[in-house]
Amino acid sequence: MFKIIKQLTSAVAMFAVLFAFSSETMAAKKSKTLENTKKRGFVRCGVSQGLPGFSNADESGNWTGIDVDVCRAVAAATLGDATKVKFTPLSAKERFTALTSGEIDILSRNTTWTLSRDADIGLTFVGVNFYDGQGFMVRKGSGIASTSEFKNGTSVCTNLGTTTELNMRDFFDSKGISYEPVVFEKADEVVAAYDAGRCDTYTTDKSGLAAQRTKLSAPDDHVVLPETISKEPLGPVVRQGDSVWEDIVRWSLNTMIEAEEYGVNSSNADMMKTSNNPAIKRLVGAEGELGAAFGLDNDWNLRIIKQVGNYGESYKRNIADTGILPDRGPNELWTKGGILYVPPAR
Amino acid sequence: MNNIVKRYIPQILVILFVVLIFGFLTLNAQTNMDNRGIDFGFGFLSQESSFDVQFSLIEYSGSDSYARAFLVGLLNTLLVSFISIIICTILGVVIGVARLSSNYLIKNSAAWYVEFFRNIPLLLQIFFWYYAALRALPMPEKANAWFGVTYMTVKGYYIPSMVWQNLNIFLYSGLAAIIAIIVLRYYANNLRDTKGKQIPVLLYSAALLIVLPLLSFLFGGVSLEFEIPELKKLSKISYIYEGGISLPPELIALVLALSLYTSTFVAECVRAGIEGVSKGQKEAAASVGLTPNQVLKLVIMPQALRIIIPPTTNQYLNLTKNSSLAAAIAYPDLVLVFAGTALMQTGKAIEIVSITMLTYLTISLTIAAIMNWYNKKIEIKEK
Repeated sequence: MFKIIKQLTSAVAMFAVLFAFSSETMAAKKSKTLENTKKRGFVRCGVSQGLPGFSNADESGNWTGIDVDVCRAVAAATLGDATKVKFTPLSAKERFTALTSGEIDILSRNTTWTLSRDADIGLTFVGVNFYDGQGFMVRKGSGIASTSEFKNGTSVCTNLGTTTELNMRDFFDSKGISYEPVVFEKADEVVAAYDAGRCDTYTTDKSGLAAQRTKLSAPDDHVVLPETISKEPLGPVVRQGDSVWEDIVRWSLNTMIEAEEYGVNSSNADMMKTSNNPAIKRLVGAEGELGAAFGLDNDWNLRIIKQVGNYGESYKRNIADTGILPDRGPNELWTKGGILYVPPAR
Repeated sequence: MNNIVKRYIPQILVILFVVLIFGFLTLNAQTNMDNRGIDFGFGFLSQESSFDVQFSLIEYSGSDSYARAFLVGLLNTLLVSFISIIICTILGVVIGVARLSSNYLIKNSAAWYVEFFRNIPLLLQIFFWYYAALRALPMPEKANAWFGVTYMTVKGYYIPSMVWQNLNIFLYSGLAAIIAIIVLRYYANNLRDTKGKQIPVLLYSAALLIVLPLLSFLFGGVSLEFEIPELKKLSKISYIYEGGISLPPELIALVLALSLYTSTFVAECVRAGIEGVSKGQKEAAASVGLTPNQVLKLVIMPQALRIIIPPTTNQYLNLTKNSSLAAAIAYPDLVLVFAGTALMQTGKAIEIVSITMLTYLTISLTIAAIMNWYNKKIEIKEK
């Protein structure tokens, strides 16, 4: 009896040592998150609780938006199917905890990239999929045409747990204006309170203002002021410590932007395999071995373009055609006067 | 020997089990945090918070530390709990007594009140008072003055603030009045016990409380002026009141919801307490010639309070914990300011949530301790 137990334990111990050894040596190449994602069969993606254009669910639970498309691109690259994503709606307050605790693997929720978030709390930002800036919305009848017309005692409605709260303080402090911050946990509550006249102005990212304005009782009675008081580069975030997964998400996003730059879209991607331009051929997996570096096959980027489309298609479908922000502004390619500029895929 | 083993072994096992569970949880949290590159520590408390808070009882700005932001949130939680506990107690006693009234209308209105407010979820009531009442209130420029100088508007309730000269002399006179009242009571009790003579203590006390502070106004150089809120234009269509004190509508809605909701439970405690005193007590007291007031004060209430206090303590604790629903309507309490904004800005989830939990625990234990002390005081003292 004892002998059997002894043998068993030694066998287990040997396995344990072997396993520990192999995971130690393979860690450099393999991504734990990728392995788990493949085993699970879907990508776990944290999104907003409903921000039209970025991440918004319709009545039947279909998620759309440019933030949603980033997760779909990762699913297309890793699992071969852009629909294999499980979306978890998160409040601004919950989002980072959900990511660091391992409940989700990508946070793609209009999240501003800042130094302290990147460095402090176990997160890594992988890129920017929307360049935004904080603005103010006021009632048209107020006659206010610029933020310089705010007076002492202005009450400001905004969301909890965002960079907005910090920018707002910087802005009003630098102008020497005293103000009353009224901070709500959910965006819908902010809209309701501003609509009821609780606040003189509503501040958040300008894209957010444009989207939330449609929820007001009389959207046309409100106007977004021209000034932008902050830089808000919004982008997907992953957990620190899995650099391969980080690279997969980063280059999934970059592929969408570079595809637009080279004129590759969901309908012509297959034909581009025979292009004369090597850069385009690399982009559709017809040349080079780009996927191998992440442990993916060579068609990963072709699948992203075919199933999700390039960045321009995603923007048009989600933000321009829905009337939120028809003008691309800074979110235009660098070649067309915007600031979208990604490192080359080679 | 056998007995000792029987007695201690289970206890030791339980303690071991608890220690192991906690040890495992701590170790687990630590390894996971290490793996994800999150470090644990309370150093952030001294860092600059760099966000503003809508409403604060102490001086606070974005250049203060997170520790001070914590204090701001804590004081706001205590403020809303304190006001609500006082209002719900007064309301609860009135409604509880009303339910025992022999008047059909009073009795039934009280019963309806209790059934209505205790059966609607608290969060809904908070939303109701905030959003429904908010929409019904006028904009500042259209508000009519209440009592001539206060204004109830969608942006808050504006009341005059007091500007004191020589406030300390006024406070000393108040203190002197209180000491005089204590001495008077002692003297009156003594007089009653030794000579059987009664003097109207309540009347004298009230006189003292009014006359002494009044003297400080006349001779002590104390003066009081009111700063009255005045309408100020912010833009073509937007106004606020400046000067005076502004109570944010979030505070008012929260106090209303919490005190109306909890008062129904307090009312039931009061009713149970009074009904728990046997009828014979009342009849016996009346038969020895006590007036109805004396019967209530000297016979019924002391016995009823023993039944009322313990469950009412529970209600006070519930109210304090329920005040954390404040975050839903933007009242800057501990949860919104510290476990909300501060947590978001620092990412120190474990630290901040533990501090917040410990704080609520401390508040609750303090309230429980005070109520237990009071309960001990009014207990039957067996001699």
